[in-house]
Amino acid sequence: MDLLYSIFADPFVQMAGAPDLLVQTVWEGFVGGILYALIALGFVLIFKASGVFNFAQGIMVVFAALTLVGLYEKGVPAFLALALTIGVMFVIAAAVERVVLRPLVNQPDIILFMATFGLTYLLIGLGEAIFGGNPKVMIAEQLYLPKGAFDINMLGGVVTLQKIDIAAAVIALAMIACLSIFFQYTRIGRALRAVADSHKAALSVGISLNQIWVIVWFLAGVVALITGIMWGARSDVSFALQTVALKALPVLVLGGFTSIPGAVVGGLIIGIGEKIGEFYWGPLVGGATESWLAYCIALVFLMFRPQGLFGERIIERI
Amino acid sequence: MFYREAGQFKTTYASDMAVFPILQDRIGLACILLIGFVGIPLLSGTFFLQTVMIPFLVFSLAAIGLNILTGYTGLLSLGSGAFMGVGAYACYKLTTIYPDVNIVIWILASGFFAAGIGVVFGLPSLRIKGFYLIVATLAAQFFLQWSFVRIPWLYNYNASGAIEVPQRLLAGIPLTGANATPVTRYLVLLAIVTFLTWIASNLVHGRIGRSWMAVRDMDIAAELMGIRLLPAKLLAFAVSSFYCGVAGACMMFLWYGGGEANDAFNINQSFIILFMVIIGGLGSLIGSFLGAAFISVLPTALKFGLPALGIAIPGTVAEHATYILLGALIIFFLIVEPHGLARLWQIGKQKLRMWPFPY
Repeated sequence: MDLLYSIFADPFVQMAGAPDLLVQTVWEGFVGGILYALIALGFVLIFKASGVFNFAQGIMVVFAALTLVGLYEKGVPAFLALALTIGVMFVIAAAVERVVLRPLVNQPDIILFMATFGLTYLLIGLGEAIFGGNPKVMIAEQLYLPKGAFDINMLGGVVTLQKIDIAAAVIALAMIACLSIFFQYTRIGRALRAVADSHKAALSVGISLNQIWVIVWFLAGVVALITGIMWGARSDVSFALQTVALKALPVLVLGGFTSIPGAVVGGLIIGIGEKIGEFYWGPLVGGATESWLAYCIALVFLMFRPQGLFGERIIERI
Repeated sequence: MFYREAGQFKTTYASDMAVFPILQDRIGLACILLIGFVGIPLLSGTFFLQTVMIPFLVFSLAAIGLNILTGYTGLLSLGSGAFMGVGAYACYKLTTIYPDVNIVIWILASGFFAAGIGVVFGLPSLRIKGFYLIVATLAAQFFLQWSFVRIPWLYNYNASGAIEVPQRLLAGIPLTGANATPVTRYLVLLAIVTFLTWIASNLVHGRIGRSWMAVRDMDIAAELMGIRLLPAKLLAFAVSSFYCGVAGACMMFLWYGGGEANDAFNINQSFIILFMVIIGGLGSLIGSFLGAAFISVLPTALKFGLPALGIAIPGTVAEHATYILLGALIIFFLIVEPHGLARLWQIGKQKLRMWPFPY
């Protein structure tokens, strides 16, 4: 009875008793969720356009952030370093397309998936060899990102909002809006959607798949850079981020592999669910549930919708 | 010239269906076993056994396990590291509760615990497919890894929070613990691996293996042909986890001699085993061995081989170089031969049959 009470009643009593804490928890989950969503967004972009499940997105985030900080430490001005990093991401995109994707066209999905694993190892090795394995501090101030925190008095308590979190949320939402507009109204965006629909049909109307792949990997690289800056500003830039990037997987399956809104909604569900679960139910089982709770949430959703919340319906034919 | 089956007639159905139909193959296998059981222990030093052969055998076993699941049944899994951990902890608990029972029995028995856990986490596989299934197995990976740390009963409330392998004897010779020589450990491990490979070979060539392959090729079609999906998939999960569990127990007891779960059975281990299966060749037992040899020996070879060649590189650089080379080689092999080393092996054998003629 005690156990049942502590599972089903006590957390809600706590929530009702201290609404400011609840708001704080939800807010932290929200910000975490936005960052998961950003990583998942990179996956979705590439998956839509090339059908490649890009495992390397997580390490691309780290690599982009490391390049930015590394360049700055070498004495390059902050914004020039930003531009150079974007250039580096373009070079990576072009190289990946030429060296990895083009020879592997038409191979089974799992082979391409493994190739991105290889890419992950390559980038880890390169990143550590060039920039060293130590955590670095993101150059948030030099990029004019706000610092400090707001304290808001509400619901009989104080809710602390980090300014950088607000900035992260705003930038992320702006970027998602820009991407939607880009996909909807520009020539390249239309081409991208055509490729996502059908490779063959897109080829037959004269869309160059190779170009599209470079563009989409480049876009994913830019998304990775922004994610890296935001994440780096909250903690620091280190290879530990790569494990965090694995959290994008449950986000992805929750939202569906092909849906940008799905990535956002999935990210928020996972982020908030994981924080609330950890805060209110975590102590029951000894804490540190964040490492696996996200996957279990995704698993429960998957049992009811195997294609994710917004994914295209899986139709199987014989 | 030497590798030619001319004159070897098959007179019975059984000989036609044999796993090694050609005499030379059987001789080759016997030679490999002879070298493994006699040659290597006699000729090589403890260093070679400890850093090359024992890891290779442990990873081969795990790779066979994952290959049964991913290669033969077509279910992607990133939880093999955790299932190895289940085996290791089960073996540890069993041998501390019943110290008098032979450790080899417990190593094999621990596989059944891993199999049970594997079946539980395999349940979603009936509804969830492909990349989506990865998340189910990742849930297993992270949840189990968390349990290893958070449930002190599993490691007997040790202060270190790790498995401390006790000394166990096999026929009066220490097999585990600090006093065990690499040669004993190697021989026992080799015997286990040989035995389990033989079982796996019989499984995948028999009715069960055929039903797995039917499920892999298209599960709906397999269902229409009368293969019951749930038992087939769950059996694949059970057998796969059994092999991984035994590999994990072997890893802890015959290789590491104690260690912590987060180091030994983390997500990287799962990735590495998946690498082995893909590089070696999906759906091929020999591929599991080739992949394990490639991935587990390569870092060691780079670490000790390059300085031996006169290229002196400091440790950290070597580590980065290993990562870069490993990544590059994975991409290279996937481009050159997406079907893995096993296919290269097949092609090599075919070339050898024809040699010295091109056609």
